[in-house]
Amino acid sequence: MRIDQIHMADSGRLLSQLADRISYLIDIKGNSEYGNIGDLLGQVQRLRQSLFEIKESNLFEEIDRIEDRVSFLEDRVAEKLSPAEIVNIVRSPQRFTLMDILENVYDSYTELGGEGECNIDPAIVVARATISRRVKNKLYSHQVMVIGHEKGQGEEYRNGGCARPWGNNKALKYMRVAETEGIPIHFYIFTPGSYPIEDYPGAAQQIARNLYVMAKLKVPMVSFISEGGSGGAEAIGASGLRLMGSRGYYSVISPEGAAAIEGKIREGEKLPRKLLEHCAAQLKITAEDNLRLGTIDRIIGEPPLGARRDDFPFFRRLRYEMLRATDELVLKTKNFRAFRAYALKRQAEEGKDVPEDFDLFIGWSLTDLERERLLEFRFKKYIELGKGYFIENKNILTQGIRKTKVFASKTYYDIRYGLLRPHHRNVQKVIEEVSGEGSVFLRKVTEPVRAAYDFVFPQPERPSKVIRSGEPERKSIFAEEWDPYVSPLANEDCTVTCPNAAKYGCLDLWVPDLYGEFCGVCPNCGHHFPLEYQWYLENLFDKNSVREFNAHIASCNPLGFQGYSARLQKDIKHTGRNSSIITFEAEVWGIRLVVAMLFSNFRGGTVGVAEGEKFVRACDVASTTRRPLLAYIHSTGGIRIHEGTLGVVQMPKCTFGVREYNDNGGLYIVVYDNNSYAGPVASFLGCSLYQFGIRSSRIGFAGPRVIRETTGQDVPTDYHSAKNALKRGHIQGIWDRREFKKNLYDALMTLGGPNLYYK
Amino acid sequence: MDINLNDLLRRYRSHPFEDYFVETPHTGVVFFKVKEGQAVKGPGGEWLHRPGTLLYVIERERNVKRMTALWSGQISGIRLDIEGQFVEAGEPLFSIRHQLDKEEIIDRILTQVLYIFSAPQRARYFLTPEISARMEKQFKQGVSVELGEDVLIMSLMKRDTMISYEGVPGSLYKVYFNSGDMVEQGSPLLGICSPDKLQYVQKVIHRIRTEWEK
Repeated sequence: MRIDQIHMADSGRLLSQLADRISYLIDIKGNSEYGNIGDLLGQVQRLRQSLFEIKESNLFEEIDRIEDRVSFLEDRVAEKLSPAEIVNIVRSPQRFTLMDILENVYDSYTELGGEGECNIDPAIVVARATISRRVKNKLYSHQVMVIGHEKGQGEEYRNGGCARPWGNNKALKYMRVAETEGIPIHFYIFTPGSYPIEDYPGAAQQIARNLYVMAKLKVPMVSFISEGGSGGAEAIGASGLRLMGSRGYYSVISPEGAAAIEGKIREGEKLPRKLLEHCAAQLKITAEDNLRLGTIDRIIGEPPLGARRDDFPFFRRLRYEMLRATDELVLKTKNFRAFRAYALKRQAEEGKDVPEDFDLFIGWSLTDLERERLLEFRFKKYIELGKGYFIENKNILTQGIRKTKVFASKTYYDIRYGLLRPHHRNVQKVIEEVSGEGSVFLRKVTEPVRAAYDFVFPQPERPSKVIRSGEPERKSIFAEEWDPYVSPLANEDCTVTCPNAAKYGCLDLWVPDLYGEFCGVCPNCGHHFPLEYQWYLENLFDKNSVREFNAHIASCNPLGFQGYSARLQKDIKHTGRNSSIITFEAEVWGIRLVVAMLFSNFRGGTVGVAEGEKFVRACDVASTTRRPLLAYIHSTGGIRIHEGTLGVVQMPKCTFGVREYNDNGGLYIVVYDNNSYAGPVASFLGCSLYQFGIRSSRIGFAGPRVIRETTGQDVPTDYHSAKNALKRGHIQGIWDRREFKKNLYDALMTLGGPNLYYK
Repeated sequence: MDINLNDLLRRYRSHPFEDYFVETPHTGVVFFKVKEGQAVKGPGGEWLHRPGTLLYVIERERNVKRMTALWSGQISGIRLDIEGQFVEAGEPLFSIRHQLDKEEIIDRILTQVLYIFSAPQRARYFLTPEISARMEKQFKQGVSVELGEDVLIMSLMKRDTMISYEGVPGSLYKVYFNSGDMVEQGSPLLGICSPDKLQYVQKVIHRIRTEWEK
């Protein structure tokens, strides 16, 4: 081959590389106007076409010129990347995917649960892989389970990394496999969000189940986030250590979704680019922001414009960091001093190049005790998430009193239920057994005598007497129940039409009747009209039994989201409450329970940091006092987007709280009313073993609009109805509002059983 | 069954419309939201969940009800004299003139001409193998059914019941269901045409399909 031919081949390669770099820049900028990159791309294409017509020296000159220009532009772009541009980097088809990681970070791997298109859900890839390290010129390899989203390298069927419910189910299945085999799990999160369909096992339900299991999964888990889209990311993200690529994003909602909500953009309208960029910046989605907020643990450095599919130094770093992170989790459980020494050493190495050799080999298998410790650390990590991003009364005196109170009640209940109750139960059991056996024995002896006696002296049958107490006779049985609380909605003199009037021929309802006597229920078809949350406070619980706690914890604006503070203040003033959740102790016909109630008047019942904290504390109170826990969801619109990922991490946080409470033997019941959607349903509500819906409520993962926009398909109007949720197995029953109290009491008695705390 | 097809055709040709009269469902004060001659749309969407054009509002006891169109067509004969007035239930307001398209006219003619055999109960229905075989072999319209002949299999809860034909003997002209579909009680299953009318009906329908513009 002649020299100039080699050059020709080279120039072809150079040109195609240049074209890739330019189109990557276009991807990042979202248009080809910046610095005339469009023209530049045109020049490259022209050169490629007329490769053999131009003189060689001219060609190389031209290539050099373009390359200079491209490098200059790249530097300029990298200098100040806006969050919206980072989103574009993450979504670029040139960005690395899970398959690249499996090829380059792990030595070998076997895909589990399907391969490529033949898969239960190609958007989720599960593989058993080996990852190795060199220690003093000797190669050691570890077995790990790799679970992650595959965005697909141009493959349509991957669905862009949007896991369907059964994909998340597959992930859960193999998490359990890893637990059985005792090997660590590495999660890779590359998802713009979960695919919002309710088909069994249900998007929200499955994420909730995953979180619930991950709370107590007895293996070290490390996750790496490149594209962390809210609920979809949490489904495989609640790990012991969370790493994130420096050019990744982790967000509560896609910037597009946030812009549509913030700008009140109607369906089908185009989003203004300005608004989109503004929202991306407000949501604090970059790695630095997330690290600062504590929602991730560490950033893995990428090149300034993000790692691409052939960035081998990055893969080397990733392998090193994954090994290191897993080591840390393992060491932490073994011996704290060893861990500290290790951590200090690593800290000194921070920012340096990836070393060739590890200085020691750390085995990743754990003993039972170490597993317990692992879970303890994980629990502590998640329960503490978001601490300091809500307002709590900092007065030392009141705090001191509160702490003393908590301590006193803890001691009291520990003695009462922890020490005395088991003892009492044992004694009772012995007495029961003894008396049971004794009576059988005695009966055998006395039976013939008694029979003979009865035969000789038959006893006359007496009519049974009705026992009357000293109360006046004509008292109504409703006397005690008759509550003067009437919904303020009833104060209007007009009629309303039942939405089912066309179908069932319901007559118009007079409002004072409807909201007074009928409890907001259409007497013809049973449609439930929404009622304010105060109605439940008054009617569901025994009179004067509601005692609120933690009312002082208030929402704030942790991200400095523009305009959020004002709206928050408005709602605080309007509702007289500090957050969208009310936690209180109450009684239902004498059964004492702890209640967490999300209500709609405060920012649509969305969950932020303060709400998560209050919920976790309610779990804690229920656990200490040994009471059943009821989550009554008057309405919830999901995670509050204005609190960004701090809101998202409330999903695992609250689920961990619930798991701990359940494992301590508590009974956790969820009742949905009106509308319950998104994050909370996909975590601490959906994970409950006992969930019920009030008639006419709607329960789901995403609303119809989001489903339409993501899947391109319309859903029937009753898609989210309680009836359909029941059909899908999401809830266990539908309750009538008028019989809520009775149903709740029955549920507490039957589901609780004799071993429950309150018995 | 004695219907003059020519008369029918002439009627539809001169007046290819169906007039739906809109009446007030109950008493109240009426405010029109449409104009004479305005085109309105019926409910849309896959489940007809998108309501049609807003026609008028009727207010009773401060309950403002928005009434939307159930059919698409043109508003005619709007009674503007009662705008803002209190009216009784059943008061005619206007009519929606719905333009019938070819298939709708054919359907209408067929339901008048054919003998409709409807579903005795809610179940899945299949044609008997003999009938299916005959339909495959012969031309569809030529399959004749006799009185008392087993024509359908009704399948419910894994129990198959033969259904024998009762009605006018003739040729099977139209099958209204897909084999194995759940059919509601009273929905049409088969359309049977008496042999003397068969050819004539075919001709008329052919003419409508080919000659009519809309």
